[in-house]
Amino acid sequence: MNPLAIIGHAVLTLVREAGAIGLFAWRGVSAILSPPWYGSQLSAQLMRIGYFSLPVVGLTAVFTGAALALNIYTGGARFNAEQFVPNIVVLGITRELGPVLASLMLAGRVSAAMAAEIGAMRVTEQIDALETLSTDPFRFLVGPRILAAIITVPLLVLVADIIGVLGGWAVSTQILGFNGATYIRNTIDFVTRWDVVSGLIKAATFGFIIALMGCYHGYRSKRGAQGVGRATTNAVVSAAILIFAANYVLTTLFV
Amino acid sequence: MTETTDTLKIAIRDVHKSFGSNHVLRGIDLDVSAGRSMVVIGGSGTGKSVLLKCILGLITPDSGSICIDGQPVTHLSARKRARIMAKFGMLFQGGALFDSLSVWENVAFRLLYADGMGRVEAKKQAIAALNQVNLGAEIINLSPAELSGGMQKRVGLARAIVARPEILFFDEPTTGLDPITADVIDNLIRRQVTALGATAVSITHDMGSVRKIADDVAMIHEGKIIWRGLAKDVDNSGNAYVEQFVTGSENGPIKVLAR
Repeated sequence: MNPLAIIGHAVLTLVREAGAIGLFAWRGVSAILSPPWYGSQLSAQLMRIGYFSLPVVGLTAVFTGAALALNIYTGGARFNAEQFVPNIVVLGITRELGPVLASLMLAGRVSAAMAAEIGAMRVTEQIDALETLSTDPFRFLVGPRILAAIITVPLLVLVADIIGVLGGWAVSTQILGFNGATYIRNTIDFVTRWDVVSGLIKAATFGFIIALMGCYHGYRSKRGAQGVGRATTNAVVSAAILIFAANYVLTTLFV
Repeated sequence: MTETTDTLKIAIRDVHKSFGSNHVLRGIDLDVSAGRSMVVIGGSGTGKSVLLKCILGLITPDSGSICIDGQPVTHLSARKRARIMAKFGMLFQGGALFDSLSVWENVAFRLLYADGMGRVEAKKQAIAALNQVNLGAEIINLSPAELSGGMQKRVGLARAIVARPEILFFDEPTTGLDPITADVIDNLIRRQVTALGATAVSITHDMGSVRKIADDVAMIHEGKIIWRGLAKDVDNSGNAYVEQFVTGSENGPIKVLAR
């Protein structure tokens, strides 16, 4: 095949897919903004995405904070700058690692679950059934998931920030010989409100991406178990890539 | 007297639908009169399900028109589509019950989420609809996964009739069921269509179902309606395609290997 044709086909596919995702996102956001709203669906998703993801996010944050403290201590020792461990841990956790790592874990947990559930509904005609029952699938399925993710992911990242800093504190005080009270004081004195808020803005954006990719790939799932499996994989991979890309763009805006 | 598209319950004119290079519907014309039970027969892959989904608005035809009660419905907004859907009740081939909801919530779904009815009243009506399809109150809190295939079909039928729709659609209602359960489903469909005074459109390749539930029969082949007539005439249609389909013979104008 002509290499130019291959490149052209890939570009067209990319543009078509981007357009389809854009239209899907527009319909999803429209479903959030106009009635009817399904409160029971929203509360169910708030529990699933938020409450039930707490253990995963908490464990990710505590180990990340602990490992970060060890690495910064090792690196800082080369410049006699070990005392900056609390400052750099809190900066790294709130601005970067908290939102990104928590969201990546949620992409694996939440995007996959959404794609699998909606994909299974697609192939068993449950989404068609919703339409025949005078219920818009975007308002019933997509809107509540996107809104729940936008609300809960920042809350989860806030928890991850706190637990991540505590992970760094635990390692610093138990292994590296830091004074606990001094560590906490240095952390509080150094961190700014914008460090936390910028991370939460990132988290809300990542929440939107996580839910959008889960719903989009599930909704377009092809027939059969293989189709649902592919939708699940695509949801996780595309959510992860878009999180990294969005993180770069937002970091560029926030620095 | 010939009915016009304004007086017919469903009027389909020259409907085409393709998926890529696969031209599935090739100019479908079909009329369904109010209060009649129309069954569309045809082999696998002939376009029956696509036709049904076009009427329901789940698939948009490439060209042609579909009118419900004289109103064109092929290019409606979501809100207008939802209003048209209020006239419909649909029994899906696999039941299409919602896994995350109990049996009664499935049956009462339209009442709860589209009509805004309170849960107590909706539950009462769901139980009444389940009784109409010979299911008792003992199953109302089960999940669909805990039911047999025949029971799922009956719950699906209860969901279709609970809001007393004007038009009922049945997609392969007896597929995958044993002959006795299939007969039960056919009898329930016939009884409910008659009780509601509804118009019914079914698609099937089960001739047992056709004889039980049809007033009128149309045969679809290669995306076109090639015969239509009264159900009592289906065994003496004089059409070679229909005769082959009714007898289930390998020999005839329908080439199985070619499909």
